[in-house]
Amino acid sequence: MTAPESAPKSAPKSALGPPIGLLAELTHRCPLQCPYCSNPQELVRRGEELDTAAWIEVFRQARALGVLQLHLSGGEPGARSDLPALVGAARQLGLYSNLITAGVLLDEAALAALAARGLDHVQLSLQAAGAQTADSIGGFREGHARKLAFAAWVRAQGLPLTINVVLHRRNLDDLPALIDLALRLDAHRLELAHSQYYGWALRNRAALLPSRAQVERATALVERARRDLKDRLPIDYVTPDYYARRPKRCMDGWARRVIVVTPRGRALPCHAAETIPDLDFPNVRDSSLESIWRESEAFNRYRGTDWMREPCRSCEFRERDLGGCRCQAFALTGEAARADPVCDLSPDHAALQALAAEAAAADGPPYRYRRFA
Amino acid sequence: MALGEESRPRLQPFVRLQFDARRESWVLQAPERVLLLDESGKTILERCSGSVTVAEIVEGLAAEYDAPREVIAEDVMAVLGLLAERDLLLLDEESQP
Repeated sequence: MTAPESAPKSAPKSALGPPIGLLAELTHRCPLQCPYCSNPQELVRRGEELDTAAWIEVFRQARALGVLQLHLSGGEPGARSDLPALVGAARQLGLYSNLITAGVLLDEAALAALAARGLDHVQLSLQAAGAQTADSIGGFREGHARKLAFAAWVRAQGLPLTINVVLHRRNLDDLPALIDLALRLDAHRLELAHSQYYGWALRNRAALLPSRAQVERATALVERARRDLKDRLPIDYVTPDYYARRPKRCMDGWARRVIVVTPRGRALPCHAAETIPDLDFPNVRDSSLESIWRESEAFNRYRGTDWMREPCRSCEFRERDLGGCRCQAFALTGEAARADPVCDLSPDHAALQALAAEAAAADGPPYRYRRFA
Repeated sequence: MALGEESRPRLQPFVRLQFDARRESWVLQAPERVLLLDESGKTILERCSGSVTVAEIVEGLAAEYDAPREVIAEDVMAVLGLLAERDLLLLDEESQP
């Protein structure tokens, strides 16, 4: 019948399964300036980006290694003029291609060209339900209006549309309006993901982190909407780590399902992994994706459960959450191999709760916008 | 809408079914979702056109494979239930009797 794709839990080289997804960060350039941007604080310049041929070679190697899904991301992937060629190559290789876009750079003709080359799916980000709040969060005038026009073009092309919203203090009470908007835009899916606090979002945490009460209201509302809209609009909800008791199974395990390639060709097990300073990430210009996946020290460091210390090592949940998020452990404790402080079995959990309460009670300093176009 | 014998299931438009030589398996792809399917899973899904009911799919397969209806029905409901749970199926039910 069917089986959810799975790789072995602990992964000796011989039993390591193939990756499923490739997140291709084509560029860090983006006209938006979101304060929770998931790109690293040190951004790759245009002249350092992999060229068209290099990206297509990465796609080919990824497919040969077993990758099925290609996420074309950034930055804003629409900033790359070779996007149609990249989409076309992905389709020819048999990859399922997903364009993750802010929707403000591609016009109707550009989108039509992508559809003609075989793009499978579009994921469009919105910042809020109303233009004024949305444009103030994204730091881009008229951005929201352009996004709404873009969503209509996506649907007119017959392409499936996911609306994605990063949730935080300023837009969390907007949820009913956001859900209505996704319905009006004829989206197939809605992804509501609480901001994760690494990189830019970590710098803006005191302006972004919602209170526990605000989160609880939002979560109850999403759960109700998921039931009510079950057949009209499936909703994926990524809960906020800081108020959780058990860590998420981050990336479904370190180097277990996904390879990220940055604009300059560095291969990572997760898009935030460069925040961990002592990992030496290999580059696709120097090594094959297969050797990176199987042999590189960076990909093997936190694979499976062998790297774990206590309290994870002997924990009954260790196979279930695989220790949570390494980047978060590093961001909060300075040590990537410690238990994710989100877990209430972690010795750092109480400190995290205190920190969350303090940040959520703060008045919210002005955003430090991420500017890089 | 619950999955039942009167449902007329079809795959969501963004779902792609393809054979993956690397895994020697049929795979079902959708945003953030990949499912591996064996031959019988694939045979069931190929019949989910949105115009036939689950009951008709079951009867068709029972006749074609000369198998007891209840065995086939269990397989079909298992596969479709798993997909419906993951929001990969549309279940248009006909309003007329």
